[in-house]
Amino acid sequence: MPNIAITATGLTKWFGEGDNKTNAVQDVNFDAYFGEMLYVVGPSGSGKTTMLSMISGILRPNSGSVKIEDTDIWNLSTDDLADFRLHKIGFVFQDYHLFPRLTTAENVAIPLILQYHDWDESISEAERHLDIVGLKARADLPPVKLSGGEQQRVAIARAIISSPDILILDEPTASLDGDTGRNIISFIRQNVMNDKRCIIIITHDSRIYEFADRIMKMEDGKLTNIKQENLDAQ
Amino acid sequence: MSQLLPKMPGILKIAYKLLVNDTAKFSALLIGITFAVFLMIEMTSLFSGIISRASANVVNIGASIWVMDPSIQTVANTIPLPDYVQDEVRSITGVKYAVPLYSGAALLKLSSGTYQAANIIGLDDTSLFGRPELLSGKIEDIFAENAFIAINDSEFSKLENPKIGTEFELNEHRGVIVGIAHVASSGLFGVPTLYTTYNRALQYIPNSRFTISYLLVEPKTLADIPIIKQQITKAGYLALTKDEFIAKISNFYIYHTGIGTNILIMTVISFILGLSISGQTFYTFILENMEKFGALKAIGAKGRVLIYMILFQASFVALTGYGLGVGLCSFMIWMARLYLPDYAAIVTYTNLALAFFMVVVIAASSSYIGVRKVLTIEPFDIFRG
Repeated sequence: MPNIAITATGLTKWFGEGDNKTNAVQDVNFDAYFGEMLYVVGPSGSGKTTMLSMISGILRPNSGSVKIEDTDIWNLSTDDLADFRLHKIGFVFQDYHLFPRLTTAENVAIPLILQYHDWDESISEAERHLDIVGLKARADLPPVKLSGGEQQRVAIARAIISSPDILILDEPTASLDGDTGRNIISFIRQNVMNDKRCIIIITHDSRIYEFADRIMKMEDGKLTNIKQENLDAQ
Repeated sequence: MSQLLPKMPGILKIAYKLLVNDTAKFSALLIGITFAVFLMIEMTSLFSGIISRASANVVNIGASIWVMDPSIQTVANTIPLPDYVQDEVRSITGVKYAVPLYSGAALLKLSSGTYQAANIIGLDDTSLFGRPELLSGKIEDIFAENAFIAINDSEFSKLENPKIGTEFELNEHRGVIVGIAHVASSGLFGVPTLYTTYNRALQYIPNSRFTISYLLVEPKTLADIPIIKQQITKAGYLALTKDEFIAKISNFYIYHTGIGTNILIMTVISFILGLSISGQTFYTFILENMEKFGALKAIGAKGRVLIYMILFQASFVALTGYGLGVGLCSFMIWMARLYLPDYAAIVTYTNLALAFFMVVVIAASSSYIGVRKVLTIEPFDIFRG
């Protein structure tokens, strides 16, 4: 059995109070492992994003805990938690959130710059990662000059530049056509995935299910089904 | 660009690029602040120029103490003092010397036949106290028959650029220019100035029973000044030091002519204009980048890092706009003076400091709005979309 990357215990989150109270996530328990590509699927409003936000340290749960490599992240101070995210977790947002006024290389270099690395060193490291995602020639272009698939790859390069242990992708294929979406996930599977990294993907896109090691289904804030055969096969 | 900004921390370089590469907003911010600074400095410089020129005679004559009628508000108006006041002042312990000064207006008939109003300064015949620095001619020639010294200031051309030997008429008296001099400050009212002796001024210009415009007093020591002032007050007259007289003249123009109020209103309008343009543009800039700031927060940027970025952006825009505004204002004043020699505007350190303070307020207000907005964004909102 691979090492545990994330342990979520009794995760619960609600929004509002009284009559307006909405239970977004209810008593969710699961482990995620290094070397695993884990999908979280489910209908809109089922609590996928809320759960992912809690395990990645950007939304505090009402109850429960999240341990990443033995660190209970919700016991960290705000600044320590930000540092933890910066060094341990890579994010690929649904809309990429690339800065249109920066070059592609500068966008990719942001996590290193936030870690106070030297500017030139960060840019050359960004160019190396753009090379990994096949976009080195586009390093000096602004992201708006790139196609959707290319922007997605830039976002991936930004997410992995600081070598995070955990990579979280939110609907990575939502704005891409079928082929491009499959190519992106296939690329991640082959080039980004490794034994020391855990990748969690939120998706609606059943066309990419074949790349998952394991699929967790959320419904009404609860984990209702866990498809585990891929993991067992490892 | 990295060569231009080699030592700047990376995150500030990111902030700089986010700001500068958004050309439209950056230009709008710069134009707003530059225009506001230009107006603020222009208005306050104009005010400084007017105040400075209003006190031109006080500055140029340079006496330590001026004795005058208590009703005097500005050096432009004179209420003649009786001759005995001079004797009374000279008798005060602590007075080194006291000399009379004549200051009055006259109408000159120039050699071309045109008439020109002029300011006539009559210096004490014995000491010539307060005499200007001569550019040409000899000071002793002022004692020659009909002698006058012309001041080569911005109004000099109104005397048809006289030379030594140029003649004119003053109340049907012949006048001759025997020297050309310059003084520290030009007058406010756009008339040229001629210096002559006190007695010749009285002889050429019709006067009332009393003739002394001001008594110029030099104390033996600085410690004697309060005693001298006290004694003169007891005698029913007013004694002011040079600085006090300049302040009195400034107060007159600020509070009794409407100039001060109007300039203040214009300066406040400029400030509000700059604040609203830059505040609103900066706020829009922050709003448009909110999701990106949220993404930075999610990635791991601490709140204080985002604050540094916004403060840097606001400060950079403010300082650049300030520099451009100062440059533009100085250029415009220089241009104006080329075509309007009388243009009364002086850029002083006080004007610059005032405008800088207002720009700092504009930058601080804009940053505050931006910082408040950015600190309230939750990275979760970025995930939620």
